[in-house]
Amino acid sequence: MFKNELVIDGRTFRSRLMVGTGKFPNATIMADAAEASGAEIVTVALRRVDINNPQDDILKQIDPKKYLLLPNTSGARDAEEAVRLARIARAAGCEPWVKLEVTPDPYYLLPDPIETFKAAQILVKEGFKVLPYINADPVLCKRLEEIGTVTVMPLGAPIGSNKGIKTIDNLQIIIEQAKIPVVVDAGIGAPSHAALAIEMGADSVLVNTAIATAKDPVKMALAFKMAVDAAVTARAAGMPGTRDRAEASSPLTGFLRN
Amino acid sequence: MSFEQVLDTYKFNEVKDFIFSRSARDVEFALGQEKLNEEDFASLLSPAAEGYMEEMAQKANRITLQRFGKTIKIYAPIYLSNECSNSCIYCGFNRHNEIPRVILTDEQIKREVEIIHNMGIRHVLLVTGEFPAKVGTDYLINSVNLMKDKFSSVCIEVYPMSQEDYELMYKNGVDGLTMFQETYNRAKYAEVHPAGKKRDFGWRLGGPERGAAAGFRTIGMGALMGLEEFRTDQFFLGLHSNYIMRNFWKTHVSLSLPRIRQASGNFKPHEIVNDLNYVQMILAHRLFQHDIGINVSTRETREFRDNLLRLGVTHMSAGSKTEPGGYAKEHDGKQFQVEDTRTVEEFCAMVRANGYDPVLKDWDTYFLNGE
Repeated sequence: MFKNELVIDGRTFRSRLMVGTGKFPNATIMADAAEASGAEIVTVALRRVDINNPQDDILKQIDPKKYLLLPNTSGARDAEEAVRLARIARAAGCEPWVKLEVTPDPYYLLPDPIETFKAAQILVKEGFKVLPYINADPVLCKRLEEIGTVTVMPLGAPIGSNKGIKTIDNLQIIIEQAKIPVVVDAGIGAPSHAALAIEMGADSVLVNTAIATAKDPVKMALAFKMAVDAAVTARAAGMPGTRDRAEASSPLTGFLRN
Repeated sequence: MSFEQVLDTYKFNEVKDFIFSRSARDVEFALGQEKLNEEDFASLLSPAAEGYMEEMAQKANRITLQRFGKTIKIYAPIYLSNECSNSCIYCGFNRHNEIPRVILTDEQIKREVEIIHNMGIRHVLLVTGEFPAKVGTDYLINSVNLMKDKFSSVCIEVYPMSQEDYELMYKNGVDGLTMFQETYNRAKYAEVHPAGKKRDFGWRLGGPERGAAAGFRTIGMGALMGLEEFRTDQFFLGLHSNYIMRNFWKTHVSLSLPRIRQASGNFKPHEIVNDLNYVQMILAHRLFQHDIGINVSTRETREFRDNLLRLGVTHMSAGSKTEPGGYAKEHDGKQFQVEDTRTVEEFCAMVRANGYDPVLKDWDTYFLNGE
């Protein structure tokens, strides 16, 4: 039975939805939205928080008993910067999980595949559970899987664009081939996009902008929770597909009747 | 997790019961899916799908055209030796069978190579019985060296080797491996392999994994239909091939669906697999794995092979002899009786007449690391 829980590297999480913490009007709304989303994995940009200060506005809202705080390296322009950020987070007492983002281009924030791969190699060796944010490149996914990342996080569309699942054909290949969980990250702008990703076989989705910039972020977080629940339930129910109708004559198999 | 561990999470008879419990409703559901899961695959393998052959064929034809185009890869086997220490009760090479035993000499190999090359064949499959004392890695490497300037692809179908030995073969110019599990039911496997090295089920089962890890570009897999309940064996073959493709993503896998024909000895098959059954199995494999190669040998008759062209098949052998030295001079030491006895030229003409391109060369040994 397909359930609304996610297993990453042997650890089980209660929801297939992950949420971000950026762009919210304030930290209280952020916390309420995280609660409403039902998510158990919450990602935080290391550059936004004072990781050594538990009284930091954002950090104090995230109860480590309820959530896995997943630090991300957003803002890193190369492998070296990303590795340094991940080490700082671990030194500050975070669990050794990191959402690896290397985005040298400050406009579209597209991930650099070469620097991401290099950083992943180093971090995996250092014992991190690495969740790399990447373009929807099936070969890169296999290469990362081989070196031991615990998920791949291909984008659906450029980050923050809310455009939905634009990389659908490559995502289908990634989902078909992957041995580790596939988390569709970035570009998900509406609950229907999240549902589509899960329906087509993704293990999880990560949503930030679409929730944080909604008129009512808490309500929107609930909408995403419902959409993910709906898609998970649909998969458990076994979704019927489309069928061709056979022609009345049997041009290909008629010989079997002779 | 090795495939043996995966296989051990299933019970053969439970899977068989599951397949036989599938209904028309399950088949129609599976036919609606773009990507099939294991359960859908089981539905298409089941007796309930026999009423849906044309719909399955149309879909398989469309997928195959899209992925492979109108092409059929042509190859021929070269039997190097029929010496065998095994006593597989269904096989012509069973050590108890009184047939002429041959290990080809260098001169004989060169003659076979010359003839096959002149037939137009560039992809060959080297076949031996299991007799590593005389027909082991040294013999095979020597054989490959005698022919690799004549052929663009040399694959082997021999006894299961260690990964190190497979690496050695790969370095010496062998680009592909074929290894049939025969049956995925351990109990039946033990029954039909009463003696010899081939008794070791797990060692054989792990052969494709070791070969893929050693770097082979292509892995051929199969189960011999007729030994056991064939639908269940084909289900496990589907899982096994899917496991190889998933875990060794740079390796391409193709399937063969041999069914028992007349062989030496008096082996009585568990059941007879008819043409409809055979076609159904091919179609189910194609709908389950869109990119897998599907191979049909000259064990099948010419009329049947002509009809199979459009049903998902991608590889066919032609002009084959199944006894060592048989291209130069036929004799009784055959592994099985060839049914389609057309020459390569005749076979290619039929392929072309049907609007398909017979592909004789689709690889080159230049790609390999070896010298």
